[in-house]
Amino acid sequence: MKDKVLMKGNEAIAEAAIMAGCRHYFGYPITPQTEVAAYMAKRMPKIGGTFLQAESEISAVNMVIGAAAAGVRAMTSSSSPGISLKSEGLSYMAGCELPALIVNVQRGGPGLGGIQPSQSDYFQATRGGGHGDYHMLVLAPGSIQEMADMTVKGFELAETYRMPCMLLADGTMGQMMEPVVLNVDNVKTAEKPWAVTGTKCEREHNVINSLSLVPEELEKWNLKRYERYACIEENEAMAEEFMTEDADIIVVAFGIAARVSKNAVVAARKEGIKVGLIRPITLWPFPKKILANAAQQAKHFISVELSMGQMIEDVELAIRCSRPVSLCTRVGGVIPSPEEVLEAIHKVQL
Amino acid sequence: MRTRRVTLLAGHYGSGKTNIAVNLAFARKKEGFEVTVADLDIVNPYYRMKDSEEALKEAGIPLISSAFANSNVDLPALPQELYRIIDDKNGQMIVDIGGDDRGAYALGRFAGALKKENDYEMILVINGYRPLTGDEKETAQIMKEIEDAGHLPFTGIINNSNLGNETTAEDILASVRYAEKTSRETGLPLLLTTVRADLLPQLTGKIDNLFGMTLQKSRLW
Repeated sequence: MKDKVLMKGNEAIAEAAIMAGCRHYFGYPITPQTEVAAYMAKRMPKIGGTFLQAESEISAVNMVIGAAAAGVRAMTSSSSPGISLKSEGLSYMAGCELPALIVNVQRGGPGLGGIQPSQSDYFQATRGGGHGDYHMLVLAPGSIQEMADMTVKGFELAETYRMPCMLLADGTMGQMMEPVVLNVDNVKTAEKPWAVTGTKCEREHNVINSLSLVPEELEKWNLKRYERYACIEENEAMAEEFMTEDADIIVVAFGIAARVSKNAVVAARKEGIKVGLIRPITLWPFPKKILANAAQQAKHFISVELSMGQMIEDVELAIRCSRPVSLCTRVGGVIPSPEEVLEAIHKVQL
Repeated sequence: MRTRRVTLLAGHYGSGKTNIAVNLAFARKKEGFEVTVADLDIVNPYYRMKDSEEALKEAGIPLISSAFANSNVDLPALPQELYRIIDDKNGQMIVDIGGDDRGAYALGRFAGALKKENDYEMILVINGYRPLTGDEKETAQIMKEIEDAGHLPFTGIINNSNLGNETTAEDILASVRYAEKTSRETGLPLLLTTVRADLLPQLTGKIDNLFGMTLQKSRLW
């Protein structure tokens, strides 16, 4: 039989994390991401790993902090309301400069919301979510294969830059099934001389801490962190471009919205409309340069998202408001149809 | 495949039980049987028989389903008309059980009555392309877990090995060995091998007991 397997997005995340060397998963169930935990519960004991269902999201994220401080690849996963609970831990992780993978399989909100897909945690993911000046790396996969690939990449990026990385998916991406190839050759690991692994009386203590009693010191830490963020913005932004070369209209969409939008772009091209798609794969850093570049040719942008208009702000900022940007959206757990996106394309007056 | 009064479909999470249940119901109806389908899934709030409600209604196949299936109410709820599975002896009953052992717990309450009546087929749905049922040993392990939870022994296997939309005739052919090995490992007869209807012409004559299916849930993306 083939080396391809048929996986749900949630399962692909879990298996790819294991492949990436993650042996420490701490979680708490919530629909639509529970399969990540269920899969880990089955697999981890067989490979000598730790699956732990914590008593709450808050303890789960703090267990991740502990494991990450010890230098191992650790992760947690949840869906929107659970991520809100984990946000304190994410801020601490950023402050302590700890790498870990945090998965958010988004559902409709605010509050308890619903269990259907949404992208309305965009602000929460890209602006931090927790308190203080910080960012997380935010990856937005567009296929089940990419769910697996971005899980591996997420661990690597987190370790390279010593910061938390969020995999931002949605209920549909978590639940739908597609064939996946898991390629173990792609896994890279980093040295962690900073980890608290015991000094064996051979070196100074490593300290993992986010508390600073001297304001000038704390300022220095923050400035240093933002130097690193600038380097990330320069080097790590990723996006897929589809039929953008001669496009008058650019649709910008990520995750499930990008899959719907791609069908709309193909349909519009058949009608002779010059439209293309930019699919941000990293939401932070946002692929500003790719959008700014497209704005030299394109006259209009459409942000397609499952929120009341969150990513649209980054689109406008990326192109410095040099072109009009319209919004095409469904919320509350509803996904726009390709026809609705096509209608938004038709509405553009060039 | 024998047509017993009750056909129960159980197996690993995501192995294709729901889709097979609906397709089997259509096929049996076409053969002239009165058919009812029942959704006993208490695991997954998505991808339920409720997705096929319209098509089933059109075909004159009643659906027994929880009022909360496919709703935002994420409860492991069973349908009100649950006991029709046992008591309604009018025609065929096709029952979709939730995935893995956790799903099979819902079956336990019927096990005694079904054994007593002894007119049921308990089918293990397998897909060798799924990650936790990639070989006969793993599949047999999940089978045992389901039997322990549901208190009802399996009577046969349906090979539903597929890679979703990307499935080719070669993929199905390659899965036959896995299905046969699983049959030997579990001691259960291989009843059917399913195939997407459009691949049927390429495989007819090459695999015994083929069952052509259409996917009940279409995607917009």
